[in-house]
Amino acid sequence: MADETTNKVDDLITQEIDAQGESAEQSEYSLNDDRRVKTLSPTALVVKRFLRNRVAVTGLFILAFMFVFSFIGGIVSPYREDQLFYRFDEQNKQWAAVMENKELRYVTENDADFPSVARAKFVLALKQDGNTFESQGVTYRYEEEGEELYSLYVDGQDEPVAMATYDTVSSSTGNETLPFAFQRAILLADAGNKDSFKYDGTTYTMDDAGTVMDGETEVAYASRYVAQAIMSDVFLSRQFKDELIEAIEAGQSEFSFTDENGETADYLLKYDAGKSSWSVMQSVSTKVFDTYSFPSLAHPLGTDRNGMDMLTRLMYGGRVSLYIGFIVVFIETIIGVILGGISGYCGGWVDNLIMRIVDVFYCIPSMPIIIILGATMDAMRVDPQIRMLYLMLLLGFLGWAGIARLVRGQILSLREQEFMTAAEATGIRASRRIFRHLIPNVIPQLIVTMTMSLGSTIITEATLSFLGLGVKFPFASWGNIINDVNDTYVLTNYWFIWIPAGVCLLATVLAFNLVGDGLRDAFDPKMNR
Amino acid sequence: MRKYILKRLLESVVILVFVAFIIYVLMRCLPTSYLEQVARAKSQQPGSKSFEEWMAQLSATYGMDKGILPGFLSWCGRAIRGDFGDSWRWTVPVTEKFADSVWISFIMGGIAFLFEIIIAIPLGIIAATKQYTKIDYTITIVALACFSLPTFFFASLLKLLFCVNLGWFDLGGLIGRNYEQLSSMGQFFDRAQHLVLPIVTLVVISIGSLMRYTRTNMLEVLNADYIRTARAKGLPESKVIYHHAFRNTLIPLVTMLGGSLPGLFAGALITETLYSIPGIGYVSYQSMVAGDIPFSMFYLTFMAILTLLGNLISDILYAVVDPRVRIA
Repeated sequence: MADETTNKVDDLITQEIDAQGESAEQSEYSLNDDRRVKTLSPTALVVKRFLRNRVAVTGLFILAFMFVFSFIGGIVSPYREDQLFYRFDEQNKQWAAVMENKELRYVTENDADFPSVARAKFVLALKQDGNTFESQGVTYRYEEEGEELYSLYVDGQDEPVAMATYDTVSSSTGNETLPFAFQRAILLADAGNKDSFKYDGTTYTMDDAGTVMDGETEVAYASRYVAQAIMSDVFLSRQFKDELIEAIEAGQSEFSFTDENGETADYLLKYDAGKSSWSVMQSVSTKVFDTYSFPSLAHPLGTDRNGMDMLTRLMYGGRVSLYIGFIVVFIETIIGVILGGISGYCGGWVDNLIMRIVDVFYCIPSMPIIIILGATMDAMRVDPQIRMLYLMLLLGFLGWAGIARLVRGQILSLREQEFMTAAEATGIRASRRIFRHLIPNVIPQLIVTMTMSLGSTIITEATLSFLGLGVKFPFASWGNIINDVNDTYVLTNYWFIWIPAGVCLLATVLAFNLVGDGLRDAFDPKMNR
Repeated sequence: MRKYILKRLLESVVILVFVAFIIYVLMRCLPTSYLEQVARAKSQQPGSKSFEEWMAQLSATYGMDKGILPGFLSWCGRAIRGDFGDSWRWTVPVTEKFADSVWISFIMGGIAFLFEIIIAIPLGIIAATKQYTKIDYTITIVALACFSLPTFFFASLLKLLFCVNLGWFDLGGLIGRNYEQLSSMGQFFDRAQHLVLPIVTLVVISIGSLMRYTRTNMLEVLNADYIRTARAKGLPESKVIYHHAFRNTLIPLVTMLGGSLPGLFAGALITETLYSIPGIGYVSYQSMVAGDIPFSMFYLTFMAILTLLGNLISDILYAVVDPRVRIA
């Protein structure tokens, strides 16, 4: 221990240059010429030893890469941390329904003229002889006007109150209902297979398919099928209905239609046996969050559950993880060095007191406590940013005990050394003795411990975030990115969500440990490499 | 020696009381708790008392209405008699739930501990004897990688490989779907099968530090003068290493391993939660997240006791194993 520290305290250490490194000029000096000897400061020696350790240098490169990735990557990335992406998804939405009419339908001026009780009576009367029936004190008479077409009269009147038919009459121009008398004229013409009929002073022509024309314009049509659009503002044109019904009768399950503007749309036909109707589904492109999309050129690592770019999240996540690591270790070191320094330097009851406090903090199970506080902050809905701050303070406050012990132990042994007696003899202030002469000698061990605990802090933070108790959405951290694997579907199918984050985490922590290990070896003057 | 142990024990008790007090204050200062949820649920039932009345009644029932110091003293008084109250989350006495769950954790921890020793110590010794060779570098890097591996990431990888892709194990839980139909032997194997992945996780995660520790201590011993003397005598290298060096390496190892024995009861909070093994770690995780104060209090105190016990055992073992150490 003694020679180790004196070595470090000495301002300059001399070292002979390797024989191979000699240049021609140097070889001219005589053997005991001072210029043959190159002087190196202890720091330079440490750096030299560190750089000779290939594993540690690899760790340093990984760390450098991670820093560039997290801090510069976030700036370079074209996306923001919480930028949402959308995609257009083809979703089958019900567009229209088609029913083949298998029941009598009634056309009336207004529904009260021929109430539903009367309709039921009529169906019964149809199966019996005679053409009258009674309902609710009114006697009705029906006449068969054609094949499956009946006119219904209140007995004694000449004008029919209703028509019963299997066909429907629809307007060709809109969704409005046609007047009763017009519908009746159409139905009669249809049943009688007439080419033309007169209504309201106009002559209409009619073809075999049931289309009613006013000169050149189509006004209405009669059909056995009822086709209705699901949304009331959609009008199904005659041509559309005809082609649709043709497709249904041909038993097709898909059909495409080109309207007068030349736009083609594809539809899916599905028969619903329960309702004995066909539903016409149109695949409509809908704007949805681009969740869990596979890696592509735009998103090299795909997108996550919320439709955010994974690579960008990973960069910002690294930033958060590194920030938290550094700040926590900084807090730990400050508290640890101050308390450990005081304890080691003062000794006596102060030392005893501080060491008992250290013992207490050593015993407090920190992980469970952070979990409890995390769950409480969940319940209180603490703002994610403030939460991150609390997390750092908490981790720092619970983790200083180890550093305090280390510093105290070092200072206890340093205190007894000659250079401290010398410092005391010069009469400098106590604070200067501590911070100028004692603490610098603790720094090598401190740096090693800090590097190592950076790694473990990052793991702790990631574990908490993974459990959903650390860094919260919308902030990314490597831990809460991996949190998605709690969903087994993600675990199984979307490797690109969690494996990159895990690899980053592992690489960073491993790099910190490698560097820490390398530093420990480099600081050790006994090492002969 | 007896005096030393007694002194350390007393010290530990004092520390424990302080730790328990800090934990108690923390728990009492939590702004929300499971009681509030219960009171809120009860007050919403038709014809029920108001939330405040329920809260007052529940607080009185669980001794939460006293001030912090009297509350802590009465908690201490009951805790000494082994009465930790009823768990809110599990609605059974805390100690009963603890006794239910601790053994599975102990078995898991114990098996993992054995594997850890069997794997880590020989590798550490090999690394030390072959210092600065390829083998040493490989072992060192593997050890550091294990040490740096986040538990949850490693567990997820294992799950993906062995549960999803190969289908060898279930994703979580301690018993399979048809556990009840199995014979007692089958039930045993079913449980054993469900413990394989958690134990693998535990071993891999904790193997690194033991490997490093063994290597460091072995190196220290190998640099000692008596090893040079043994070599100078002309002893075969195997005898030097396994007879002279290894025995001396055992001193710090035994101290450290003895100190970690109490930790076997602590359960593996993260690993158990990841694999849904109903051990003490997972049970207490659920309690803590639910704000179950009696159980959390008990668990935290229990953890503190285990830490203190571990320190005590390793200090005593140090004196017992190493005859050079004299304890005043």
